[in-house]
Amino acid sequence: MLDTALMFSLAMVVLALLLNVYRLAKGPDMPDRLLALDTMYVNAIALIVLMGLWLNTKTYFESALLIAMLGFISTVAVCKYLLRGDIIE
Amino acid sequence: MTYYVILEGVIAFLLVAGGAFVLIGSLGMAHLRDFYMRLHGPTKATTLGIGCMLAASMLYFWVVDGKPDAQEVLITLFLFITAPVSAHLMAKTGLHMQLRHVDKTQGRPFEMRDEEIGEKPVLHPDRGHG
Repeated sequence: MLDTALMFSLAMVVLALLLNVYRLAKGPDMPDRLLALDTMYVNAIALIVLMGLWLNTKTYFESALLIAMLGFISTVAVCKYLLRGDIIE
Repeated sequence: MTYYVILEGVIAFLLVAGGAFVLIGSLGMAHLRDFYMRLHGPTKATTLGIGCMLAASMLYFWVVDGKPDAQEVLITLFLFITAPVSAHLMAKTGLHMQLRHVDKTQGRPFEMRDEEIGEKPVLHPDRGHG
């Protein structure tokens, strides 16, 4: 039961990543692409968590935490750049 | 034995629910018509989905290892704190760039103060720029 659920969940996350790539390529404006990138970070964390369940190991959760932090920081930096034309004033 | 069967069912349900929420969030982002609508999908549905998945992972490793671990709680907490902040900043960026929006998107919130748009530098009330 767990294997089937894991495969199902994995397929849905990969489909979500493909939709994000579509919005990243198409997005008419800069904030659309930024939103797509931010969602891709979250979906990458989901993929890492599922990989940890699949391989039955906890090794990769540090990298998930790292990706969460870097994703937030980079989103804030790009938002700041688009808002003010500068990151650190 | 039935104890483990029930736990397995709960974990499988959380995994499938998490995947479904993540997919729904990304589908909303790919499908909706303007930026202010698109902002809704990832900020709410995707956050809930990743929360479900991390809860499933935490429960699984709790059952397998026999002791709880704080790592997943840390990731969940961090994501739940940062998601609204980044959503707020992205909405502000969209307002600042005055993106196109369909007529169904209500409100015309384009009246921002000069200091928020960055038209001219705002002096510090006490010191100025000195």
